[in-house]
Amino acid sequence: MKFDDEPVPGYSLPILPGHVSPGRLERVLRAGKFAITSEIDPPDSADPGEVLKRAAIFDGYVDAINATDGSGAHCHMSSVGVCSLLTRVGYATILQISCRDRNRIAMQGEILGAAAMGACNLLCLTGDGVQAGDHPHAKPVFDLDAMSLLKIARGMRDEHRFESGRRIDTPPRIFLGAATNPFVPPLEWRPHRLAKKVAAGAQFIQTQYCFDIPRLRDFMLKVNDLGLLEGPDRVFILPGIGPLASARSARWIRDNVPGVHISDGVIARLEGAANQKEEGKRLCMDLLHQIREIPGVSGAHIMAYRQEHTVAEIIEATGVLEGRVPWYPGRDNPVELNPESPDALPQEAECLVE
Amino acid sequence: MYKVRRWVVRHSRMFEIIYRLFEPVIIRLHPLWNLLDYARVEAPVKAVEKRVKGFLFDCRMCGQCTLSATGMSCPMNCPKTLRNGPCGGVRADGHCEVKPEMKCVWVEAWAGSRRMKYGDRIQAVQQPVDSRLKGSSSWLRVARQSADKPTSVLHEGDTK
Repeated sequence: MKFDDEPVPGYSLPILPGHVSPGRLERVLRAGKFAITSEIDPPDSADPGEVLKRAAIFDGYVDAINATDGSGAHCHMSSVGVCSLLTRVGYATILQISCRDRNRIAMQGEILGAAAMGACNLLCLTGDGVQAGDHPHAKPVFDLDAMSLLKIARGMRDEHRFESGRRIDTPPRIFLGAATNPFVPPLEWRPHRLAKKVAAGAQFIQTQYCFDIPRLRDFMLKVNDLGLLEGPDRVFILPGIGPLASARSARWIRDNVPGVHISDGVIARLEGAANQKEEGKRLCMDLLHQIREIPGVSGAHIMAYRQEHTVAEIIEATGVLEGRVPWYPGRDNPVELNPESPDALPQEAECLVE
Repeated sequence: MYKVRRWVVRHSRMFEIIYRLFEPVIIRLHPLWNLLDYARVEAPVKAVEKRVKGFLFDCRMCGQCTLSATGMSCPMNCPKTLRNGPCGGVRADGHCEVKPEMKCVWVEAWAGSRRMKYGDRIQAVQQPVDSRLKGSSSWLRVARQSADKPTSVLHEGDTK
């Protein structure tokens, strides 16, 4: 699929009727295509080239790239920094913003700053507790929760007001997202809690890692029964998946990453395989195939931490994009390629000759 | 106390009834609070409120009580002080991500709300906490607010 007004890096696209953002992710979702998002592991570095290098891995395979905000309560380059670098060359980004580290004054400022830098999608998160990260002695802020953050962000966009009521001159044109975890207790409340997030402003949802298809199917049925998948205020759901590197790492994730539910069956399948890494990838492909078939699912969010190169393979093998090549800098003109892309043309040396 | 607050959640229906009887009394005493001056009664009322609710709910005196909308499980006991439901980090056994020895405040809240007559209030989006109210009496705030806006008494049932 090609839009007739593909992006020019640094300029935003027109906002289509019925849309809230100029972003490509919203366009793809509202056009009814199966959307793919993935996430960048932000560098522990101030090197902009490193960010572009990590983004180039996804060229042609994803509709938007999540920039995580201190994920797992570990300190990395900020999500606004990552988004700014990426939007400069034209990538579609999803700015993650977590309530753990900032109060409402900082977060609202961040939303305006990121929108000004061209970020069109915002994922409102509560955030992992500080105990999970490398700074367990830090002060957990949690001035807001994800729900109130969503509501405030929507107010900024639609009513042009800060939470205080003060007016915003040019509102942020952002597509609002939230996370959900259908796989942990209280299971029966999870669909209702999603409804609450939609009521607060969520338009798309990315879920925690899914390794349990029956549970996801059940969740989607209930979400559909609640009427959340139809009408102009419908929500688009992108279940999260990812390749597991080995049975050992699956066990480690289950025990150490908050909220990841991996059944014994999955671990046994990895353990029984001759090549566990390959099996992890195949498992991820199987999950993607099955997710694709669940009514109401709008796409998938692939979290391939430290295995980012497998995303292309997983998408190729499953064919979920149905031949669609999501825009990336240089797709139509190799001169515009991300300078850190392996296919980038050698840059002409800039001379200072008078 | 952890044991007491869990017992309270198991008997959330009873506490809901008690509060529905108690709230109108506090509100009707508005002329008395006014006569004595709200600022002067704040300290003694707060002291009583803190003892009673501290014992029953492990109340943290956020000053904007929402117990009747949270199944009688105080959300301020959540290490992330979430006001709108559980985070995604709840353990498979229903315990907290941050404090594994503690049952998730919101797993408790959901169970408590299911026992209550007006438990569906848990589905409404709650306002973020106003940190200026921390340490103040929620009871007096309810009384004063309902006196200011008599029509909103029922709506104020959100507070406890």
